[in-house]
Amino acid sequence: MRNPSPYLVFSILALGLLIAPAIGLYPIMMMKLMCFALFACAFNLLIGFTGLLSFGHAMFLGTAGYAAGHAMKVWGFEPATGLLLGTSASALLGLIVGSLAIRRQGIYFAMITLALSQMVFFVLLQAPFTGGEDGLQGIPRGILLGFIDLSDDLVLYFFVVAIFLAGYGAIYRIVNSPYGQILKAIRENEPRAISLGYDANRYKLLAFVLSAALSGLAGSMKALVLGFATLSDAYWHTSGEVVLMTLLGGMGTLLGPVVGAATIISIQNGLSDKVGSWVTVIMGVTFVACVILFRKGIVGEVADWLRRKNVPARASH
Amino acid sequence: MGVFDIPLQAWLGQILLGLVNGSFYAVLSLGLAVIFGLLNIVNFTHGAMYMFGAFCAWLALDWFGIGYWPSLLITPVVVGLFGMLIERTLLKRLYALDHLYGLLLTFGLALIVEGVFREYFGVSGHPYAAPEALTGATNLGFMILPNYRAWVVLASLSLCLLTWLLIERTRVGAYLRAGTENAKLVQAFGVNVPLMITVTYGAGVALAALAGVLAAPITQVSPLMGSNLIIVVFAVVVIGGMGSIIGSIITGLGLGFIEGLTKVVYPEASSTVIFVIMALVLMVRPAGLFGKEA
Repeated sequence: MRNPSPYLVFSILALGLLIAPAIGLYPIMMMKLMCFALFACAFNLLIGFTGLLSFGHAMFLGTAGYAAGHAMKVWGFEPATGLLLGTSASALLGLIVGSLAIRRQGIYFAMITLALSQMVFFVLLQAPFTGGEDGLQGIPRGILLGFIDLSDDLVLYFFVVAIFLAGYGAIYRIVNSPYGQILKAIRENEPRAISLGYDANRYKLLAFVLSAALSGLAGSMKALVLGFATLSDAYWHTSGEVVLMTLLGGMGTLLGPVVGAATIISIQNGLSDKVGSWVTVIMGVTFVACVILFRKGIVGEVADWLRRKNVPARASH
Repeated sequence: MGVFDIPLQAWLGQILLGLVNGSFYAVLSLGLAVIFGLLNIVNFTHGAMYMFGAFCAWLALDWFGIGYWPSLLITPVVVGLFGMLIERTLLKRLYALDHLYGLLLTFGLALIVEGVFREYFGVSGHPYAAPEALTGATNLGFMILPNYRAWVVLASLSLCLLTWLLIERTRVGAYLRAGTENAKLVQAFGVNVPLMITVTYGAGVALAALAGVLAAPITQVSPLMGSNLIIVVFAVVVIGGMGSIIGSIITGLGLGFIEGLTKVVYPEASSTVIFVIMALVLMVRPAGLFGKEA
């Protein structure tokens, strides 16, 4: 058996998401899951395909949630423009943060993004329009493009599926474009990419902005789905969570972050009311287990296993 | 008397508080730098160890009636041993890998430690009384100096100075510096490098724990006291660079001082001022004020 083609994976993913409500999966939970899955995919664009570990991606999720929420609630934007505004806000923030952070490499890059995201957290905490500790409540779902009423959970669900698949597809296109190949070259050996004439910093900055924008799309969508934006979305715990989702699912694989996000969100939903603070401990243990035992993540290990099965089969021909 | 209509007493009080915070920044970033130098790991658990240290002191008093002064000796040993155990069982598996995995593993460990303490002790803070000998304040004429805060600044600075002497002026320190430059070569000369790495990690973590005990009477002892601090310390490390010990001390104290001033002039910005300075330093001098790497 060969590794399944990306188109097949995409089709199965799309089909699964479309029939999920019919087989009894709760739409709100599935929509929340897709928001985090898109967030993790966007994060993976950096760590998996460019080799940059951002430890502050929560700032993009959180900022976009507040921007989109504020636009839809206070300014009365319709949902599509609201999402667009949230996404642009995060892209702009990504441009500022990215141009500072790419001045240092490796471990410093992680520390800088973490520190800047903590700064954004404090700004959001004190800003007049965010509602401080209470967050921004009562964001209306509105009427998409003026004629699709999103107040029905199922209608909203299909809208979210469409956006998620578009985001996933966009990341696939980016990774497999000539630009994506240059990003991989920078990940593997930055000095060599520079000596080949590529302005590595410009490519890295663009990857950072794209990742921030897609994270912003996920954050705006989350605000639309749940009807509120909270500070916890911008907290460093969330930055750690998205790292864990990607690591657990498989860094540098397309499907990995989706699998990782689904696993983590399911664990959190299933356990948080039973075990309380132990959820944090379980997250920590998962982190340690991933780093020590399986650094390729679930999808990476499965792909490896398929490949190993594949080799002797070919040899026998 | 005052500047900007703010009484002098408020200025001096906040500056002293800033210096107290600054000395914690100095001690913690020093430990981070020593660990990073030899292990190439950015120790995210540093904040959790600081919290662990404060809890050790609080628990020792609560459970066994052990006071502040013995805790000051016992806590670093306990936490240091715990750190060595972590290094021997987990961290040593990562030395051949990318530095990022070290950060991820220690982040996971920080979540575990923090989560366990949260589960048993809740998120609210527990008060811890300063030792009898250091309560009260001294009137210096121009300001009232709280004795305990003065002691913390003094103790932290001596701690940094001792670490500096140990690294720069002793044989063990020479091995450590050589190991930082080229661990393989030092091992070839017959130095037990794995042991040195374990002890260094233990010592770095013990420094953090000691800072935790010093902090216990000032800030309340709570499971979350470390995680917010460690992010600020990361910013301090980015600003100062991990190249020099003196650099860590100056940067830590300087930033604490600036933070204290900001609390008087424009309190809203006091939680972000260090991050703003970090952004400015990155624009002007990306390697950090005392950094060596380009």
